[in-house]
Formats: sequence, structure tokens, C-alpha cells
Amino acid sequence: MNLDIAILLIEDGLASGAIYVLMALGFVLVFNVTRVIFVPFGDLVSYAALTLASFQLQRTPGTIWLLVTLAALAILLEVLRLYRIGQFARLPRALVVWGVLPLLPVACTLLLDGFALPSYVAIPLTFALILPIGPLLYRIVFQPIANAPVLVLLMVSVALHFAVSGLALMYFGPEGMRTTPLVQGAFDLFGIAISASLLLIVGVAAALSIALLLFFRLTLTGKALLATASNREGARLVGIRTATTSAAAFLVAGIIATVAGVLISPMTTIYYDTGLIVGLKGFVGSVAGGFVSYPLAALGGVIIGQVESFSSFYASAFKEAIVFAAVIPVILARWLWASNAHIEEHDEE
Amino acid sequence: MSAFLDVADVSVSYGKLNAVRDISFSLDQAQIVTIIGPNGAGKTTLLKALVGGLPSTGKVAFEGHDISRLEPEERAECGIFLVPETRALFADMSVYDNLILGGYIRWRDRAGIAHDLDQVFGLFPRLAERRTQQAATLSGGERQMLALGRALMGRPKLLMLDEPSLGLAPIVVREIFKIIAGLRSHGVTILLIEQNARAALETADVGYVLETGEIVHRGEAKALLRDPRVLETYLGGSSQS
Ligand SMILES: Nc1ncnc2c1ncn2[C@@H]1O[C@H](COP(=O)(O)OP(=O)(O)OP(=O)(O)O)[C@@H](O)[C@H]1O
Ligand SMILES: [Mg+2]
Repeated sequence: MNLDIAILLIEDGLASGAIYVLMALGFVLVFNVTRVIFVPFGDLVSYAALTLASFQLQRTPGTIWLLVTLAALAILLEVLRLYRIGQFARLPRALVVWGVLPLLPVACTLLLDGFALPSYVAIPLTFALILPIGPLLYRIVFQPIANAPVLVLLMVSVALHFAVSGLALMYFGPEGMRTTPLVQGAFDLFGIAISASLLLIVGVAAALSIALLLFFRLTLTGKALLATASNREGARLVGIRTATTSAAAFLVAGIIATVAGVLISPMTTIYYDTGLIVGLKGFVGSVAGGFVSYPLAALGGVIIGQVESFSSFYASAFKEAIVFAAVIPVILARWLWASNAHIEEHDEE
Repeated sequence: MSAFLDVADVSVSYGKLNAVRDISFSLDQAQIVTIIGPNGAGKTTLLKALVGGLPSTGKVAFEGHDISRLEPEERAECGIFLVPETRALFADMSVYDNLILGGYIRWRDRAGIAHDLDQVFGLFPRLAERRTQQAATLSGGERQMLALGRALMGRPKLLMLDEPSLGLAPIVVREIFKIIAGLRSHGVTILLIEQNARAALETADVGYVLETGEIVHRGEAKALLRDPRVLETYLGGSSQS
């Protein structure tokens, strides 16, 4: 390997690493607030990429049918709940939140059907179509079992992944799609060529990570999410509606997945099940960070990107195996470190 | 006129165990009511049920409205706050963030929250010194202060305290009871659970004695302090002590 190839591999790894960082942050966020390991998170990346690609091909994205189905189910559940607690006065609000808001982008899509949409319309519309999916899935699937053990939530989450990804196959078909690049060209930095798209991916991922950090540090809603993650009982006692903060965590995950989907769709051909692998690698990154720490999860994502890039050069057939096996020494090291710290604590007594 | 808080036939069971059985009582506004009783009597269970944290039967009305089916967060919005036995602090967040989140239901009232924050820091100067410290690293007593301060940030109408003096030094206990008495003069209604029966009865207007899930004595706090049955079991013997 010479230096040029190494630089190429590092750049490649940075681009995919940026995506894994975003996914890792999303996994940690959703898990902390709701204790759900959000397996369908990656599927949302596929939905976002395929929705944008559909717009570019002037096809109707099947996402709208997913939204219609989910909105109908959510409204049904809300009506049943309000009936049970005898609070029908709240029906209009529920109809707006679970019906009107998710169906608004569906209506826009149908109105614009058949037109060639420029990026500045297609991308926002993609966001508007993907964002409601996370909260809707939470409302329909996870909210009714919010107090179930983590393992039950995980099994439900896996089952939900198969359903969501199966529907993606039905809506988008088995063939892959790729979107046209958002930016083109390259820069020269001290003799190293850096493509504009690499800059875009890393820049957007960094900006979104910082935005998330500021959201948690500075806004009351962000703090309410952290409070829900920290102590659910305490959160409810001060009046934080944990169902709302949980749905908000899924909404933020939806933003992350859409950003990831829009960013990777010009890089590689996206199939209905590509998102799962992207998500899994982000998940591995967050596990490396112990699944609780945001900075460590982000670091894990960066490392996974590099490991993947270099192993694809040295042993491309084993690329995935190496990436997923790489987490084992990390977990071992963390475990050893944690038990050492434990022993030291005991020594002090 | 209906009472401020009306509890009618509230029962809670954990499987086969009936921890709270058909309890009825009521509270008037700006009253301090204390519930005393031995370990395992069902005091904590009763408070949890009153904030909606446990499934229960019976009826709870607050300011004339039936709140029996409301979730804990909705009862907080009505002005009912509980400082639970576990304190339920946001352990990995700062003292400041814990207090700010106490004012969550009135987040629009920024000036009021800033004012109340000063009040709480005035009440508990130790918290002011530690505003950036993580709640998890506070001492036991500081944690109690933070839990009480967080509840006060919500401007409760009805404040329920589950053993606020647990594990506190005697001086701090006196301080806490002074604060509780001070809250009443600001119109806050307080439902107080205490092992420290004497201090509780001396501060309260009305007292209840709970045993195995049922109210066995009730009356004016001053009268209970002299009641021989209460004296013997909960106040450790003679009235001269
Ligand atoms: N989650 C639970 N599952 C089963 N039994 C429970 C549960 N919580 C409490 N109990 C039982 O219910 C009874 C009442 O408990 P509770 O905590 O209300 O007592 P308490 O009066 O607050 O006691 P203490 O003064 O020790 O705090 C006890 O016998 C306890 O063992
Ligand atoms: Mg108790």
C-alpha cells in the first residue's frame, strides 16, 4: 500500500464513518429515553434514500402508503385510549397530531405527483415523509408496552424491522436506486484531493451532532428528554409527559435517519435492505461506547468507518466479518477496564 | 362545599396482598396532614396511588374534579407534586437542571421560574453552592434538599412528602419542618408521611395512623400527641418525654 491509497481509504472511511456516527448517536438516544433498541432505525435510512430516488425518477414513493397505514392505526389506538379514560375532548388534538400532521406531506406528494421536482423541493419533502414514521411506530408499537423488559422490547423491535423492511420491498421493489450527487468537484488541500461530497458528508454530520448537543444542553425539551432517560418516575412527577418525550426521541431518530439516507444515496446504490447493514454498523459503534455515552458512541462510529475501509482493501471478502468482529476486543477491553476500576474501589475501602 | 382533596375508598393491591384497603379521608386547603404508621403499613403505597403511579380502585377528587384516571404527569399539571421515598432525582444531571425541570409544567413563566430558583437557593444555600454538581454525587441530605426544592419549583398546590427527614441530621430535620410550616402559610397544602411521629404531629393540623393498610386512628394532631394508644406505639411512651 502506498500513501495515495492510504489517503483514499481514510477519506472513504471518513465518509462512511460520519454516517455511522449519526446512526450511533440515534441508537443511544432512543435507547436511553425509551429502552428500545431501535432495529428499524436502519430501515428508515433506506426509506429516506429510496424516497428521494423515487422523486428524482418521477415515481410516487411508496412511503406515502406506509404513512397512511400507520396514521390510521395510530388514530384508532388514540380513539380507543380516549374512550377508555373518557376524555373525548382531546380527540381533535389527537387527530391533528396523529392524522393531519403525518398526512400533510402525503397530500403534497400526491399533488406534485408526476412533476420533475428540483432538489430543494424533493429533499424537504423527503424529510416531511420520513419524520412522522418514527413517532408513529412508537405510538403504535412501543407506547402500549412501554414498561416491558428490555428483552421484550428488543424482540418486538426485531419483528418490527422485518415488517417495515418487508413493506419497503413491496413499495420500492428489489432493485436498487442511486440519487444524483448533491455536489460535485474536488478541492486540493496540501496536495491531497478532497472531494466536495466528502466535505458535505462530514460537514453535515458534524453540524447535526453539534446541533444535537446544543439541543440537549440548552433547550428545556432537550433536558426533558435527558430527564426521561435519567429517571422515568421523576420525570413523570414533575409533569414531563414521557409518552411525548419518547415520541420526540423517535422523531429525532427520524431526522438522523433521513440525513443519513440523503447523504449516502449518491455514494452507493441503495436497496430496500441496505439500511439494516448501515444501521448495524452504527449500532456496533454505539456498543463500543457502552451504549450510554454519546461522545464514545461517536468515536466508535468514526473507528468503524476506518476499520471497514481498510479491511475492504486488505480482505474485501471478509469486510463485514471484520467490522462486526472488531467490536469484540473493544467490549473485552471495556469489561476489563470496568472490573479493574471496580477492584480499585474495593481496595480503597 | 367539597374538600380540597377528597379520597374515597382507595384500595391498592400487589397481587394477593392488599397493601391499602378502602381508605377515605379529605384535606382542606393550606392544611398540613400527616400519616404515621409502622413499616410496611402502606403509607408509600397510598401516596404513589394518589399521584397515579400505581393502579388503584376508588375515587380521588382534587379541587372538585375527579382525577382518579389521570396519569402522574397530568396530576402534576393540576398542581399535585410528590417527593417520593426514592427521591427519583435526575442523577446524571446537574443540581441546576434538576431544579429547572421541577418547573417544567410552567416553562412559559420564565421570570417566575428564575424567581423561584432564587427562593429555593435561598432556602437551601448548600444547593446554590453546588448548582453545577451532578445530583448523583450529592450527599444524602443534599439529595433530600434537592428533591424538595425540585418539587417546590413546580409551585405545588398539594405537596406530598414521603419521609422528608429520612437520614437527616437533627438540625436539618428541624430546618425541613420549619420550611414545611412556612409553606402552609403560603397556602400550600401538605400531606406528610413520617417515621419521626412527634415532629410530624407537632407540625401538622390533622393526623392519621395507618396500620396494615387501614386507618386505625384519626384526629387533630395535638389530640393524637396526647392519645395514649398513639403515645405508646409511635411516640415511645410517656407524654412527658
Ligand atoms: N411493588 C411491590 N410488590 C409487592 N409488594 C409490595 C410492593 N411495594 C410494596 N409492597 C408491600 O406493600 C406493603 C406496604 O408497603 P409500603 O412501602 O407502602 O409501606 P410503608 O408504610 O411506606 O413502609 P415504610 O415506613 O417502611 O416506608 C409492604 O408489606 C410491602 O412489602
Ligand atoms: Mg414508605
